[in-house]
Amino acid sequence: MRFVGLVWANLARKKLRTTLTVGSFAVALFLFGVLVPIRGAFSGGTDVAGADRLTVINKTSLIMPLPFSYRDRLLGVPGVAAVTFATWFGGVYQDERNFFPQFAVDKDTWFDVYSEYVVPKERLAEFLRDRQGCLVGRSLAKRFGWKVGDRIPLRGAIFTGAWEFNLDGIYDGKRPDVDTSQMLFRYDYLEEQRQFGKGTVGWYVVKLANPDDAVRVAAAIDDGFANSPYETLTQTEKAFAASFAKQMGNIGLLVMTIGAVVFFTLLLVTGNTMAIAVRERTGELAVLKTVGFSDLGVLGLVLGESVLIAGQGGALGLALAKLFTLGGDPTRGMLASFYLPWSSIGLGFGLALLVGAAAGALPAISAMRLGVVDALRRV
Amino acid sequence: MVRVDGEGNGGGLIRVRHLDKKYRRGSEEIDVLQGLNLDVEQGEFVAFMGPSGSGKTTLLNLLGGLDLPTSGSITVAGDEITHMSAAKLTAWRARHVGFVFQMYNLIPVLTAFANVELPLLLTRLSKAQRRRHVEVALGVVGLLDRMDHYPRQLSGGQEQRVAIARAIVADATFLLADEPTGDLDRKSADEIMELLGRLVREHGKTILMVTHDPRAAERAGVVLHLDKGALVEGSAAAGIPA
Ligand SMILES: Nc1ncnc2c1ncn2[C@@H]1O[C@H](COP(=O)(O)OP(=O)(O)O)[C@@H](O)[C@H]1O
Ligand SMILES: [Mg+2]
Repeated sequence: MRFVGLVWANLARKKLRTTLTVGSFAVALFLFGVLVPIRGAFSGGTDVAGADRLTVINKTSLIMPLPFSYRDRLLGVPGVAAVTFATWFGGVYQDERNFFPQFAVDKDTWFDVYSEYVVPKERLAEFLRDRQGCLVGRSLAKRFGWKVGDRIPLRGAIFTGAWEFNLDGIYDGKRPDVDTSQMLFRYDYLEEQRQFGKGTVGWYVVKLANPDDAVRVAAAIDDGFANSPYETLTQTEKAFAASFAKQMGNIGLLVMTIGAVVFFTLLLVTGNTMAIAVRERTGELAVLKTVGFSDLGVLGLVLGESVLIAGQGGALGLALAKLFTLGGDPTRGMLASFYLPWSSIGLGFGLALLVGAAAGALPAISAMRLGVVDALRRV
Repeated sequence: MVRVDGEGNGGGLIRVRHLDKKYRRGSEEIDVLQGLNLDVEQGEFVAFMGPSGSGKTTLLNLLGGLDLPTSGSITVAGDEITHMSAAKLTAWRARHVGFVFQMYNLIPVLTAFANVELPLLLTRLSKAQRRRHVEVALGVVGLLDRMDHYPRQLSGGQEQRVAIARAIVADATFLLADEPTGDLDRKSADEIMELLGRLVREHGKTILMVTHDPRAAERAGVVLHLDKGALVEGSAAAGIPA
């Protein structure tokens, strides 16, 4: 601890330079803190998908339906604890730009399978009573300023016509990363009103009695429907979400690439700064060694300086990013979720320190190797 | 008694025998020190003189364990330092040697106090103990009232006094000063020499100093000239180019 003052004094030497370097870290880590939630949103909840759920879709394509009659057969497959289903509605609220996902779901079984959705008891009861009812997620309600009791008109794009729903309740997630940008309404209402596709559902979701059974149960389901007019493809929800996200382009990879480039640039910029800092201080480093500082001690001082810069900038950037994400989805609902988990903050801080150490490594080693006699002659 | 004939009985503080230092510049070899002998006892004040390039700085660097000789031995207070590992030598230096340079070599971003405290950071002393030592050292050089000043806020003479305080704060066994007045005006130089003289007389310090300045050399008890790689006894006035 007694050397901290020395490290601080060196940082204070060129205030502008130190501020700029700390600022680079802050900007990079802020970017990191915003990219992580965006990637999370576009990975379609792959990180949060339940390990105990399987998604059953039409083998030909996700957009092809499956017969309603499959429900009972799915319930008969050993290892299946519960079955629910949903259909993509694809309606437009006022304007195309107001996109949000709408699903027709089975009112009786949906929340058994999706236990991470939280709906107040009396709101759920109202939804079960109200044929035209719907439930919306917290962030979606916030986006459009909806309150319980509002009537929500949607223009059908797939199922044409003017549709109206009663907002019976708002759901939250048990965890902050649950997607609350969706609207859920009753499948029986869709079934009654639609002109085509009666007797079919978009996909099934199967809850497993035991998550370890995923592979066996998935195979059993697909085998059972093999050679039928509606063959199935059964995947874990994670795999399903991933393939769903792929339709949006590989946002995850893009985000990771941007992040990697930013960190690499940061490494070069900081490495250069530290190299300059060491070079212009050659004489002083030699004096420290003369006075009795060991080679390793001098190495530590330079590394400490670099890591301290990284730590300060990283903490600042991540703190700002956390504040920013607490303010909610900046696109006001376009993102499925917008949440920066503490684990990612920890990861980001660790990365910052690592970049700081890596950037300081070469200059620190040259400071360590510095020959006192030659350096003193150059003073 | 200071001796340069290699006949000292070994009871002294510093004992140098057959010291050789060669530098290699390309294919050419330069013999800077050749068979140099020196015996210095505790509490002596020795001045080294000699023309530029005669090897004075080289000798101080060797005595201070900053550099290694080509051959020969240096023994300080019983420790033979020419065979120590680099790490051991660094630790030895921290305990035994105080350096004073021509250009003061203070750390510009540290206050006078923090500059003097530097060597103590390597000891086990507590913060309060360090403060006491620093205050004593700054008191000896008469700069207690300037301890919060940065080097750029001090005159050259004051900077050199801070450097001397840094050299004595950890109670070094001996001080090495390389042209400590070389960059100072007459008045400041006299003050520095007065201070070094006082350290020897009143505090029993041992000082080995390189100087070009006959007036500075007069303060020392012994003046030695570097000639053809070895030391010869002389006077302050002798051997100085007119
Ligand atoms: N690292 C080195 N490589 C080659 N020659 C050196 C080196 N250091 C010093 N010398 C040479 O050694 C001689 C003595 O140098 P130095 O001890 O600095 O002399 P002084 O301090 O008496 O002026 C000079 O000729 C100098 O050029
Ligand atoms: Mg010299």
